[in-house]
Amino acid sequence: MSGRGLFGRIDWITIFLYALLVFIGWINIYSTSLVDPNLSIFDFSTLYGKQFFFIGLAALGIILVLFVESNFFERFSSIFYIISILLLLGLFVFGKTIAGATSWYNLGFFNLQPSELAKVATALALAKFLSDIQTDIKTGRHQLYALFIILLPAFLILPQPDPGSALIYFSFFFVLFREGFPLYYLGILLFMVVLFATTLMFGTVWVAIGLIILTILVYTFKKASVKIPILPVIGVIVLSILFSLSVDFVYANVFEQRHRDRIALWLSLEKDEKKLEEIRKTIGYNTYQSEKAIESGGFFGKGFLEGTRTKGDFVPEQHTDYIFSSVGEEWGFLGTMTVILLFSGFFLRLIHIAERQKSDFSRMYGYGVISILVFHYFINIGMVIGLLPTIGVPLPFFSYGGSGLIFFTMLLFIFLKLDSNRLKDGI
Amino acid sequence: MKKLLLSSIIVIIGFTFIGRLSYLQLFRFSPDQILEDPAIKKIYDYPERGYIYDRNGDLMVGNQPAYDVMVIPREVKPLDTLEFCGLLGIDKATFISKMEKARVYSPRLPSVLVPQLSKEDYATLQEKMRHFVGFYIQKRSLRYYTTNSAANVLGYISEVNEWDLQNNPYYVAGELKGRTGIEKQYEEVLRGRKGVMHIQKDRFNRDIGPYKDGKLDTIPVQGTEIHITLDKELQEYGEKLMHGKRGGIVAIEPKSGEILAMISGPTYDPALLVGRERSKNYSKLHYDTISKPTWDRSILAEPSPGSPFKTLNALAALQEGVIDPTTKFRCYHGFYVGNTLRGCHCGGGVRDMNSGITQSCNAYFAGTFRRLFDKYSTTDEAIDVWEKHMKSFGLGNYLGTDLPTGRPGRIPDKNFYDKWYGDGRWAASTIISNAIGQGEIAATPLQLANMTAAIANRGYFYTPHVIKNMGSSGAIDPKYTEPHYTTIDRKHFEPVIKGMANVYKYGTARWVQIPDVEIAGKTGTVENFVRVDGERMQLTDHSVFVAFAPVENPQIALAVYIENGYYGARYAGHIASLLIEKYIKGEITRKDLEKRMLEKTLEHEYAKPYSGEPFKINEYVW
Repeated sequence: MSGRGLFGRIDWITIFLYALLVFIGWINIYSTSLVDPNLSIFDFSTLYGKQFFFIGLAALGIILVLFVESNFFERFSSIFYIISILLLLGLFVFGKTIAGATSWYNLGFFNLQPSELAKVATALALAKFLSDIQTDIKTGRHQLYALFIILLPAFLILPQPDPGSALIYFSFFFVLFREGFPLYYLGILLFMVVLFATTLMFGTVWVAIGLIILTILVYTFKKASVKIPILPVIGVIVLSILFSLSVDFVYANVFEQRHRDRIALWLSLEKDEKKLEEIRKTIGYNTYQSEKAIESGGFFGKGFLEGTRTKGDFVPEQHTDYIFSSVGEEWGFLGTMTVILLFSGFFLRLIHIAERQKSDFSRMYGYGVISILVFHYFINIGMVIGLLPTIGVPLPFFSYGGSGLIFFTMLLFIFLKLDSNRLKDGI
Repeated sequence: MKKLLLSSIIVIIGFTFIGRLSYLQLFRFSPDQILEDPAIKKIYDYPERGYIYDRNGDLMVGNQPAYDVMVIPREVKPLDTLEFCGLLGIDKATFISKMEKARVYSPRLPSVLVPQLSKEDYATLQEKMRHFVGFYIQKRSLRYYTTNSAANVLGYISEVNEWDLQNNPYYVAGELKGRTGIEKQYEEVLRGRKGVMHIQKDRFNRDIGPYKDGKLDTIPVQGTEIHITLDKELQEYGEKLMHGKRGGIVAIEPKSGEILAMISGPTYDPALLVGRERSKNYSKLHYDTISKPTWDRSILAEPSPGSPFKTLNALAALQEGVIDPTTKFRCYHGFYVGNTLRGCHCGGGVRDMNSGITQSCNAYFAGTFRRLFDKYSTTDEAIDVWEKHMKSFGLGNYLGTDLPTGRPGRIPDKNFYDKWYGDGRWAASTIISNAIGQGEIAATPLQLANMTAAIANRGYFYTPHVIKNMGSSGAIDPKYTEPHYTTIDRKHFEPVIKGMANVYKYGTARWVQIPDVEIAGKTGTVENFVRVDGERMQLTDHSVFVAFAPVENPQIALAVYIENGYYGARYAGHIASLLIEKYIKGEITRKDLEKRMLEKTLEHEYAKPYSGEPFKINEYVW
């Protein structure tokens, strides 16, 4: 086996899916940013020309990653992590502000966004820590260490402000869950989200009534042999009601108006048609326009370069965060289905690869990669099609932007490199 | 479990997304979204509305340009307000308030600042227009009338309303549409088809080029000119004669069914409903609920036809074989229904068909009617036969003309009387009024004219119509060129027509003869009642006259119905005779009669029921 070279061992299915996603992404960037069809597709004055250049850079990055020794990443993961934390700290002093967020270093020809680099570094560092023979995720101390590794960069990114990127770090919890972090934490989190949303929608009284009815139903219909102690259940109900009572306070005092508007729009809290119209024109404008653009595509779409709303630039930020709306308008349901299926297939393939790793580090890093990508995909498309509140994160491989494309590519190909080496890990 | 967690989440997300996308792109999608797509602006190119000519090729309706001064508030640059207001002929306060209104409507979209400038104002303004940035002049096309008559036939156009917009996707707010008459009936022919240009817009509403390179754009199709069957001169003359009188006149060319004139009095100048004064004038006409100038009496009024209807009863009786032209009935200055004597003005004596028609003898026709009913064993059977004959003359139903309104009139049938009197509780004598055209029969002047045309043709008629030809092809709906045969055989018409000709020579209308023209006619005097403030009162009789001429080879058949004009020959007969002379000879020889008819009005009659005083009817004041 060791006789086969790198090209024989690397996973070509993943590379094929990756290339396809980047290609489709570029096609749509071309469509959203086309101004003068006479310009060359390589013209640097255009966004699609620049993106073409970034794809070239990403290809260079791939080659770089593939020719580095496999255990380099494991060995230097702590260093990477420390460097990226320092870079994030450095932003407070040297950062360049674009669109109100101090998230970039100006490198002259290129704006570097260290939060992208930090994702790679955190994935590596977390894998390194968890795969350490002395780490036991079942113990509270090590759970705290793991949380610290994940949340430190998130806390540094939050005040930039870039809540979207900060939120992405929560995706690393999936790595923890995979490695034995108790699942009921996820349950509790979900329960809290549901309580939060239902309290805003129906009020504390109805939430309490609902909880009590639910409890009674469970006790009525459970099998006689199953015993559920009553005291802890009452405790949970009391805690839930207390939480529910705190929601209004948090909503009114901790969140800012723009957050409240987004949540109100998401949960359809605003019933007044006039105010709803107002929200649609302001905070909900992007979502409204992107939903309309997707809707107008119908089953077959309007055709490549025929999207009227895309051409008219009706959806703001369409080449970056809202790129999926262009797919919806020009390629229709067929196009959006294809992209969803491609992404799903891509992720499932990556999980398959992660699970076949012999080295714990490779598997955990792999899970880190998948979690980050899935989280971006979920939040981005969820937002574009109006299922989630507006949170600005890019769609991996699709959205316009150099940092994003290059770091997503590096993130992925480090994993593929580790995978190509998996047979040697056991030795 | 923990190995499957992420995979299941990915699958669930995938399904959720596909579900949401199906909802958006499959369920909520509608193919005509291009209509509401904010990214596509449609610019229309309106063709000129088709001209309308009369039967001799005289122009009746054309178009005139009008100029609206438009403003796009956002683009307005500082200007010399004083000079501009002077050019527009408005004061500064009006200017400021109109600008404010336009701004409130939309800063980006054009609003009308001053509508419908005259050609003169436009000429001076046009020179200076370039100084006023953000303003421009939009040309519109309005109707222009070369006649002040025929408003009821020509109809008018007005801006489309909410209902039109919802029910006809062709129209866009601000467009004009035919509302009544020919303008409505031939709307699609006259208006042509507007051209449309699709422009791709960006979200700041700026043009960024043609949508799909203009593949969906269309060029306008010109409106088609149409020729109508009216004789402009006859129509105008008829309306002059109707001055100060209420009623309807319809003249038809029997050999084609073409309507030569259709007059309703009082009427109005069609030009009133064009231009800046349109809505003011419309309200004035619309709210005149007493003389009702917008109510077309020639096709909407349904009075009892009166004596002209006797001719049809005579024809039916001949066809059924219950009388022949020599059959005689005695008139006792009336006729008996049971023990009651119903009056007759013919002078009494023994009447045959000729003198029955000539003197309009009620007793003769009551007798005829009874004979007809006696032929059949049951009244039901008899009235069915009678109804069949009457309806074959186009009575009791919509005629199917190409005018957008109309009334069916009424020929009562057995169901009607069963309801009215109760099953089997009526007989020929109960409904004997129908014999003399009173009673429950109702007919519009148009139906009376058509009935007369059928008699003139000796047994058939063409559906009356106003369209002569359209555009270059000239083709009209074939239903207007198919003859409709009555149920009466041709041979039975001659004795009746002879009677009608004698009406003119010796009978009730001998006062209205035209030199050298032989006319067949029949007078009618119709009792009528009105309800004012809940009180039923009888008014002066309606004056009715039907006629055709010449007796051989008829060129015109007409019905004249003058409200409260008293006996048939008095107003209706004279007016009919003048119209026939005008149409056949082209000029009027009896100038004094003409002068009298032009000057006489019936306003004093119409004022009576509203005077609040007791009044006399049927006065011989001349």
